[in-house]
Amino acid sequence: MVVTAYALVQIRSLFAVAMMSGIYSLLAASLYLVMDAVDVAFTEAAVGAGISTVLMLGTLALTTRMEKVTHKPGLTPLLIVVATGALLIYATFDMPPYGDPAAPIHNGVSARFIERSGEEVGPPNIVTSVLASYRGYDTLGEVTVIFTAAVGVMALIGRGRSRRRKKSDDPEAPNT
Amino acid sequence: MLSRTSILRVVSKLLIPPIGLYALYVQFHGDFGPGGGFQAGVIFATVFILYALIFGVTNARLVAPSWLTRAMLASGVLLYAGVGVASMLMGGDFLDYSQLATDPIAGQHLGITLIEFGVGITVAGAMITIFLIFDGRIRVDDDDEDG
Repeated sequence: MVVTAYALVQIRSLFAVAMMSGIYSLLAASLYLVMDAVDVAFTEAAVGAGISTVLMLGTLALTTRMEKVTHKPGLTPLLIVVATGALLIYATFDMPPYGDPAAPIHNGVSARFIERSGEEVGPPNIVTSVLASYRGYDTLGEVTVIFTAAVGVMALIGRGRSRRRKKSDDPEAPNT
Repeated sequence: MLSRTSILRVVSKLLIPPIGLYALYVQFHGDFGPGGGFQAGVIFATVFILYALIFGVTNARLVAPSWLTRAMLASGVLLYAGVGVASMLMGGDFLDYSQLATDPIAGQHLGITLIEFGVGITVAGAMITIFLIFDGRIRVDDDDEDG
């Protein structure tokens, strides 16, 4: 992942960058898989590696293929990045080891979810019970966010719809 | 160009039905295994986008015209919120699925299935809509350059 990330920064061809970010997402998906988060893994594989790569290629078709070369990035951005990175690494020292049952996240409501969700909600998959039932409001909010995102894309670049559909529906049909 | 590449066509023809089936499995089996509406919606949208990439967006638009994807987009959210309102009307709190059936567990099960379905519809609708809009935008620009 580090190699891919470095390549992402260095490569100037945006087409290659789109491909590399797809690879990065796929690697992230395998990392989630190793950490037993199967559902997150295949979301990442489908969204990160699949759909967003396609959308990036679509954006490339709309804009330009090569990144504009800007000379001499100043020293301040580097300092900010190093400082933030150091702070994050410092913060990880306080994190409990992965899978530690005594971690703070396991001491809250999760014990109750694990004990009672079977009799209160039913599904054997506790993740589903928590997401859909205990955290129903949050999930409704997430769905609304996705809805809003699509409506936003429509409002931003979905203009001139009727004009385009008349033009684009008939050509290219014999192409297949 | 892609539509003439026979290997891609054959392989994607083989792959599309299993992926679609897997999306439905993830959708309706989310109570028992990993997954749920969001993942299922994304996988379903992937099927559609793969089809559009290989066989041309014009064909794909015949399968899912834009009115349909927009209706999917809105109806998922409405279904989700509607389940909440229904449980409120049946005497519980908003999104309290236990009220939906006489047995609380059955009610929870029904509620979760319905809202996961709503999530799936919205996510798939959103992804397909965004993809189609990008494609439509590219075509508008091409038309402008030609004319």
